[in-house]
Amino acid sequence: MKRSVFCLAASFFVATTACSGNSAPTANTTGASTTTAPTVRDRWNTVKNRGQLICGVSGEVPGFSFVGTDGKYSGIDVDVCRAVASALFDNPDAVEFRNLNAKERFTALQTGEVDILSRNTTWTLSRATSVGLAFAPVVFYDGQAIMVRKNSGIKSLTDLKDKAICVQTGTTTEQNLADQMRKRNITYKPVVFEDVNITFATYAEGRCDAITADRSALVSRGALLPKPEDNLILDEAISSEPLAPAVAKGDTKWSDTVSWVIYALLKGEELGINSQNIGQFANSNDPDIKRFLGTEGKLGEGLGLTNDFAARVIKHVGNYAEVYDRNLGPKTKLNLARGQNQLWTKGGLLYSPPFR
Amino acid sequence: MTKPPFWRDQRFWYIAGQLIAVFVVAIVVTILLSNLSRNLQQLGLQFGFDFLNQQASFDIGETVVSYQPSDTYSRALWVGLVNSLRIAITGIILTTIVGVFAGVARLSDNWLVRNIALIYVEIFRNTPLLLQLLFWYFAVFLTFPKTENKISIWGLVGFSQNGIQLPWFTLSPEFSTLLLGLTLYTGAFITEIVRGGIQSVSRGQWEAARSLGLKPVLIMRLVIFPQALRVIIPPLTSQYLNLTKNSSLAIAVGYPDLYFVASTTFNQTGKAVEVMLLLTLTYLILSLTISLVMNWFNRTVQIKER
Repeated sequence: MKRSVFCLAASFFVATTACSGNSAPTANTTGASTTTAPTVRDRWNTVKNRGQLICGVSGEVPGFSFVGTDGKYSGIDVDVCRAVASALFDNPDAVEFRNLNAKERFTALQTGEVDILSRNTTWTLSRATSVGLAFAPVVFYDGQAIMVRKNSGIKSLTDLKDKAICVQTGTTTEQNLADQMRKRNITYKPVVFEDVNITFATYAEGRCDAITADRSALVSRGALLPKPEDNLILDEAISSEPLAPAVAKGDTKWSDTVSWVIYALLKGEELGINSQNIGQFANSNDPDIKRFLGTEGKLGEGLGLTNDFAARVIKHVGNYAEVYDRNLGPKTKLNLARGQNQLWTKGGLLYSPPFR
Repeated sequence: MTKPPFWRDQRFWYIAGQLIAVFVVAIVVTILLSNLSRNLQQLGLQFGFDFLNQQASFDIGETVVSYQPSDTYSRALWVGLVNSLRIAITGIILTTIVGVFAGVARLSDNWLVRNIALIYVEIFRNTPLLLQLLFWYFAVFLTFPKTENKISIWGLVGFSQNGIQLPWFTLSPEFSTLLLGLTLYTGAFITEIVRGGIQSVSRGQWEAARSLGLKPVLIMRLVIFPQALRVIIPPLTSQYLNLTKNSSLAIAVGYPDLYFVASTTFNQTGKAVEVMLLLTLTYLILSLTISLVMNWFNRTVQIKER
């Protein structure tokens, strides 16, 4: 009896060391204890069976994702999740939002706590590889910028020599700032916080001479400062920040679904179909429109969706232009010009592959 | 006489118990590790510490040792560790001073002194440390005037939004906040430990010392306190450990300690498991070192029975 116990214990230790070895891919062959795991990730079915999408957002950046005084979420990141829910369930409200800070977001996605991360996240190579994210198309092209107080006399990056700059950690901004200053040989003092509210509050208190973040975030959070008009955003752009939703790598069906829902928003605008006029296109003879709305062909089936998934998205959430105007456009406090976030047909960067 | 069956033998159960414990631990560890490796595999992630040699490319605001963004992640983590040690060591020294003084004050014959110490303890022991840190940062250090119109005391100490300027060096508002916050918070607990320790020394010791004609200060220093130390040191060790671990709240007030740098590293490399392992190990080593030193100190004050 004793001997068998020893044998078992020993075999477990062997399995343990083998599992903890450096390269994981072959670890499953070592012992009886590790064979029961499901080997295929199936986020698509998980979401479909749950009947609800779990969406990771920031909840703290007006125009992107923000909880209003009525307790409702709004913003372009939020609408992306509503669009996915519309495509899956024909119901834009079948979404549960989870607020995640910059540091929590990737782990939440990796561990499956959220199905999709729609949280003004910059698409970078290392995030796509070593962090294990599968990015959907860019929903907002941004760039990092610097905000200073008008009376500080700071006009450009070079004026920031030996100044204190407030930064939020866990973002690409921290590295971009270091890169730019290193390139120009400017010494500065980063004052770094984890919490976006504390970062801006510290700048507001005057501890920092400048604050850096994505331009859109500076506009959006800057509007919440005690005296917004006393601040200005420098023209110099520090970096390009393509903001895109992401899902965990390894489930192509799921990442395809999210991607094509976003393309549907763009294609809707390109075709001139919005939530108000979509009814008029029901009898359209244009084959492009027919395929898009699902009255011809079987495009949705390829994603496991209904063929009219794009029509559902437009009906419930609107096309990209509607989403943009509702959250960031001239009628909002932010009033951000479309700029590079214009369709390619109008000189912008947004482009949808063909729906065929 | 026949030998009793082996399951009636106590020695058998001693060994079997140990084996069962090992067995259970092995199973749990195996399950955890296989779960981890399976999840990493599914995400296409590789376990490894190679990232430590990569360029960190983020800047750190406050460094004692030299550091540039072009240095490696391991260098950045080292900078964080040194910053943590700086806070822990100065914090432990200051909080001991605060705790001992307030602890003695709690037993003072002077009504005012006694009650000030009491209020101090109750306020600082009964509010969350994070709240206290944010209070010191936003309500105290950031309300100091701009650098141009700093408050100066005899030209020696200057107070401004850039921190506390001493003749030789400047303490940043972030460092000052953390140091003050940790010192006062932990000091409140040490106050109670010191008070308890002093009260544990029997009345007879006071009376005996007084009958020798010693003054109160000398009674405390030569007779009471050395005996109280026997009771004080073990719980004091826990408070030192708490202070060291609580220093990781630095992240809330922007002081780049080890935890802070580690979480930035984790965020940029995505190496959650590896960074958490390093962090856990480092704090474990720090805590064990403090315990070791304090245990040695504890032995020196215990009664030596000859």
